[in-house]
Amino acid sequence: MTLADLPTGQTGTIASLAGDPEIRTRIQSLGLRIGRDVAVIRRSRFGGPIQVRIGTTDLLIRPQQAAQVILA
Amino acid sequence: MKRVALLGMPNTGKSTFFNRLTGASAKVGNWPGITVDLLSANVLLGSGMVEIVDLPGIYNLHGFAEDERVARTFLEENPVDLLLVVTNATQLDRQLALALQLQELGQPMLLILNMIDEARRLGIKIDEQALVDDLGVPVVSVSAKHGFGMDNAQSAIIEALGKAHPARKAQLEKVFHEDDALASRLEQVFHDAVQVPLTATDRLTDRIDRVLLHPWLGLPLFFLAMLLMFEAVYTLGAPLQDGVAWVLEAIKTDAVEPAISGWNPVLQSFILDGVFDGIGTVLSFLPIIILFFLFIAIVEDSGYMSRAAFLMDAFMSRLGLDGRAFVMQLMGFGCNVPALMGTRVMRSRGLRLLTMMIIPFSLCSARLQVFVFFTTAIFSAWAAPLVLFSLYLASFLAAFLTALIYRKRLPNAEPLLLELPPYRFPTIKQMWLRGWREVAHFVREATGFILLGVILVWALTHSPFDVPPASPDTLAGQLASLFAPVFAPLGIDHLMTIALLFGFVAKEVVLGAMAVIYGAGDTDLAGIVSGRTDWVQAYSFMLFVLIYTPCLSTVAVLKQESKSWRFTGLAVGWPLLLAWMVSFTFYQGARWLGF
Ligand SMILES: Nc1nc2c(ncn2[C@@H]2O[C@H](COP(=O)(O)OP(=O)(O)OP(=O)(O)O)[C@@H](O)[C@H]2O)c(=O)[nH]1
Ligand SMILES: [Mg+2]
Repeated sequence: MTLADLPTGQTGTIASLAGDPEIRTRIQSLGLRIGRDVAVIRRSRFGGPIQVRIGTTDLLIRPQQAAQVILA
Repeated sequence: MKRVALLGMPNTGKSTFFNRLTGASAKVGNWPGITVDLLSANVLLGSGMVEIVDLPGIYNLHGFAEDERVARTFLEENPVDLLLVVTNATQLDRQLALALQLQELGQPMLLILNMIDEARRLGIKIDEQALVDDLGVPVVSVSAKHGFGMDNAQSAIIEALGKAHPARKAQLEKVFHEDDALASRLEQVFHDAVQVPLTATDRLTDRIDRVLLHPWLGLPLFFLAMLLMFEAVYTLGAPLQDGVAWVLEAIKTDAVEPAISGWNPVLQSFILDGVFDGIGTVLSFLPIIILFFLFIAIVEDSGYMSRAAFLMDAFMSRLGLDGRAFVMQLMGFGCNVPALMGTRVMRSRGLRLLTMMIIPFSLCSARLQVFVFFTTAIFSAWAAPLVLFSLYLASFLAAFLTALIYRKRLPNAEPLLLELPPYRFPTIKQMWLRGWREVAHFVREATGFILLGVILVWALTHSPFDVPPASPDTLAGQLASLFAPVFAPLGIDHLMTIALLFGFVAKEVVLGAMAVIYGAGDTDLAGIVSGRTDWVQAYSFMLFVLIYTPCLSTVAVLKQESKSWRFTGLAVGWPLLLAWMVSFTFYQGARWLGF
């Protein structure tokens, strides 16, 4: 399963990160690292970004990039 | 002189800290990417002057957005005696990563745990000593916003600078990509030093978000808030403006006129009709400008901008843009120039240029003055705010249309990853600083090139001096008749054409020019204008003012940021064409419908 499929309100653990290295580095800097728990707080309409929470950081991420965050 | 650089992830409070330390007034806002250029100030620390440099935020040492490049290049090219690494103490789980990376540079470093007030409120416990032991660098906790811990920070800086080290440039290529070793080190340090309670979230922020980010109410609430803001501008700002105008008029008739009554008539006219009426009309908008920027300061510091990106991203992505482009449009409401600079956070050139293409349509505070003036002169008190609101909508529409047309030529594949900071509220001091910045800017412009523009308008409308001012025989009149074929189909008469031509320099000049052209101060001007123009003409004029080039500074920044004359030409030429087409369609359409 990927972060994009995680239902709103649920929490998953990051298993690996796909995608090109540059974006992976950025994703990691924002706190989405392997082994961390990530929760989906809300989704916007019309396939817009997802609000996720990792520890005390809240982020917006588009579904395309969320699909590159693989959950355990 | 020793040099200290402020580094850290975006939105950690570097500029707030910089302002505290140096007494400067760098722009602060609750949005990652407010600072996009270097800013330095000298301050007396201990026994010597020290240069403090505020840098744009960076997520790591490998980012290639323009703002990150500014920070990297600075580090590579300038010797630095001390790195002040500013972190958000509530997010050390990820923010310490940058500190660890920077440590690999081997430069003297001081770790600042900022926003300690928020960390305490969330119940986060930080063992400073454990951090010192693990990292081997001094650590200070501060709240730059409220001023706690700044004394400690100062002495820590002085102490660190005292340990003699020759200043060095950084060799960034030596720092490797974020690797597993760094990740596990980060886990270790965090585990040793920081305790976060299980539910460390800002409940108030969550509660506000449930309303403002509501799937159906979110956007309507945004537009409602905008409308309320304009109501406030009229109900609070307009009386203040009248007050200023009244005072200026009194000074003119009671002091200036008697003082120069014996002088040469040309000189008298120059002083009264040129400089005094022109600049006075511009200055009478000062209260509205202050009020407006206080609103903007609150919005920018609230953290709402990231929410606006959330709400609008799906729509903007269909235009080839992203939610941040919408935020830049909002920033442009204050002034287009910082908004254009703000696009430096975007890495894709296509996205950046497309965003820069649409920002000049944002109805900035200078255009606001023109519109407040015209709407109050022509429309009834209840209609004026609605008319103004319609112009803001038109500004969005022009921007979206432009993006739609150019998105294929400026393609963008950049992912959106954006922090959503908690809601914050500016302190009185922060608002005061912001208000003051804008007043200083406004007055500088009014006495600088706006004055020049006004004087030029006076010269053109008053030569030759023996015919009525601005009549067809004057230089200005001849210039206007040259352009008549272009502007007559828009319902814009020859006098307003002169104002438009000079408005190219800056929109503040438009009103100053009209005051000069009609030979009236602010108080009489409204009556004269409403007597000469009906609402269709006025609205057509406002549409043109809204859409064509905002000012020369914008053009300069478009060139500076795009580094392309072709793009700059397009970004100036297209809005001119669009302005003409929109005004033409509106004016002819309205007349055809019988208005
Ligand atoms: N609660 C709290 N808020 C702070 C503190 N310091 C800064 N802030 C707020 O954090 C936000 C970001 O502050 P800035 O100083 O603009 O941050 P920056 O690091 O310069 O940001 P960029 O220039 O975008 O990289 C603003 O809303 C500040 O008011 C603090 O100590 N406590
Ligand atoms: Mg800053």
